Amino acid sequence: MTEVALQAVELVRRIEGDVAHTLVNGIDLAVNRGEFVAITGPSGSGKSSLLYLLGLLDAPSEGEVMICGQPTSKLSESERADVRLTKCGFVFQFHFLLPEFTSLDNVLLPMRAAGKMGEAEMHERGLALLGSLGLAEHANKRPNQLSGGQRQRVAIARALANRPEIIVADEPTGALDTKSTEQVFSILRDIADNGQTVIVVTHDPALAARADRRIHIVDGKVAEITGRDEGRRVCEMAN
Amino acid sequence: MKLLFNIAWTHVSTRVRQTLVGMAGVAMGVGFTIMMAGLMQGSQLDFLRQLVDTMPHITIEDERRSVPTQPAEQEYGAVQMSDIANVGKRPGIKYPETVMSSLRSWIPGDVAPSAKTTAIVNHGGARIGITLTGIDPRREVQVSKLASQMREGKIDDLSRAPNGIIMGEALAEKIGVKSGDTVLLIGGQGIQLNSTVSGLYRSGLKRVDESHIYSLMGPAQVMMGQNGVVNQLRLRLNDPMLAQKVAAQVEAQTGYKSVSWQEANADLLSSFTVRDFIVLTVMGAMLLTSSFATYNIISTITHEKRQDIAIMKSLGMREYAVRRIFIIEAAIIGLVGILFGWVLGYLLCYGWSMITIFNPLTGTTVPLSIYYSAMHYVVVGGISLLCCAGAAYFPARKATCVHPVEIIRGAS
Repeated sequence: MTEVALQAVELVRRIEGDVAHTLVNGIDLAVNRGEFVAITGPSGSGKSSLLYLLGLLDAPSEGEVMICGQPTSKLSESERADVRLTKCGFVFQFHFLLPEFTSLDNVLLPMRAAGKMGEAEMHERGLALLGSLGLAEHANKRPNQLSGGQRQRVAIARALANRPEIIVADEPTGALDTKSTEQVFSILRDIADNGQTVIVVTHDPALAARADRRIHIVDGKVAEITGRDEGRRVCEMAN
Repeated sequence: MKLLFNIAWTHVSTRVRQTLVGMAGVAMGVGFTIMMAGLMQGSQLDFLRQLVDTMPHITIEDERRSVPTQPAEQEYGAVQMSDIANVGKRPGIKYPETVMSSLRSWIPGDVAPSAKTTAIVNHGGARIGITLTGIDPRREVQVSKLASQMREGKIDDLSRAPNGIIMGEALAEKIGVKSGDTVLLIGGQGIQLNSTVSGLYRSGLKRVDESHIYSLMGPAQVMMGQNGVVNQLRLRLNDPMLAQKVAAQVEAQTGYKSVSWQEANADLLSSFTVRDFIVLTVMGAMLLTSSFATYNIISTITHEKRQDIAIMKSLGMREYAVRRIFIIEAAIIGLVGILFGWVLGYLLCYGWSMITIFNPLTGTTVPLSIYYSAMHYVVVGGISLLCCAGAAYFPARKATCVHPVEIIRGAS
């Protein structure tokens, strides 16, 4: 029986103000453990907003996000931060590595923040992560000494540091060349194959095609869900 | 905490110039504040020392603080009396030796009798009103610093010349007399006495030096027209700061008005309070101003590190933990600045203490009095550190309140 890693129920994200704007409009979604889901859609369709809600970076106006069965809508900001620290790993289009720190220190950052491992154990894991992503010899380099692809791989290693249940990636290949794009996607695919849940926002249909499931978002609603194995399934257009 | 310190240290150590400017700001504030505190307290203590040395710590006078209640008033509530004059009463303290013996048994200090009156000193064409205090030279040394304030002659010389007197240098200069000269003293009842100037003193307080003359008890009593009278007992305590408390006890015991040096100089001391308040306000403003450099730096760092703040929050670091990074940065800047400020403060105090100032009133050149106190360093350092932390808190709070999504979206 497959286990649901992440579930969204009637998720709404509204921007209040002089001109109210709905970014995410009543999305229901369940992502299984070890599943690789790609979220696609035109610019401004709400795919990144949905991703931030799923990764607890943002709070929904209505609805519920459950991570590993745990409801999160009533959690305080500090409790949400704790869930992010232990259960979610983030990769963004821009690497967002701390520029004064080495690759290894950047990877150690979430582990040190969590404070659950000893310094030696953290170092060992950090080096192992960098090694598994082909960055062993770059452990002591700073971000400005690395290429774009290498920086993004360090960011992935950082996202994996605390062994999160879910990896959330917002256009992780958006600023990379073809070779680096291929490398990063292969890594994300491997992560999912190893049992962690990966949710990626991408504009690239070829890459999205390699996901287990593709969710196409239009105007903040799910327009279409396409499964790799189950074939194409047209969803009801909500309107 | 180690992680936060590491990040904070990385931020400040990679901005050497900004960090040094911040530290210099704190150091200047701390250094000059310590110097001001040393100068202020030094000059104040120096003045108080002079005051305390010149005056008796407690003066018991032959008068009551309030008019005694009359027996008729005690018996009948409807009776009220006013303008009562005890015409035949002899002035002075009753049984002064008994009172002094009693006081010596418990006061932490000593007591000496004196006969105080007013007179006019006449020399040449000059006629100046003065206070004449008759003293017992043997006992006087126990209660005043007159012996050490003598510039010419000794206290004992009072008994070696006919009707010898000791006058302040300033008065002597004013009326143009020297040791050995004779002046005419004229009492309130027209009694005149030719007196020989046996010595000159300088207390350091010009108003005292210009108006006080000392003689033996006899001549002063003659000038009062009351032989054998003692109208003042003067007390000197081991700890001058106890004067108020002891004065109240003495008054309760003897019934005579007992005035501590603090009470006698209440106006002056209250002006010190105002002065302290003004100086403390200025020092506080200096420390606050010096912390603006820290505010500036932390504001700049938080602005530059918006992306880092966003990513740390998105990784799961709590808002207060991220905020603490910038407080630690301010603490690093503050602590190092305070250390340099302590050194600067000490050097400034030392430099000022080397400067001498000519006092045209006393005609002397005196060094600036500096009071060195570890408490100044601790208090100024503590306040400065608080100011730095406060200066960092507000930009840090503002920066860490920003929603990470806003910054991540902006950067992307």
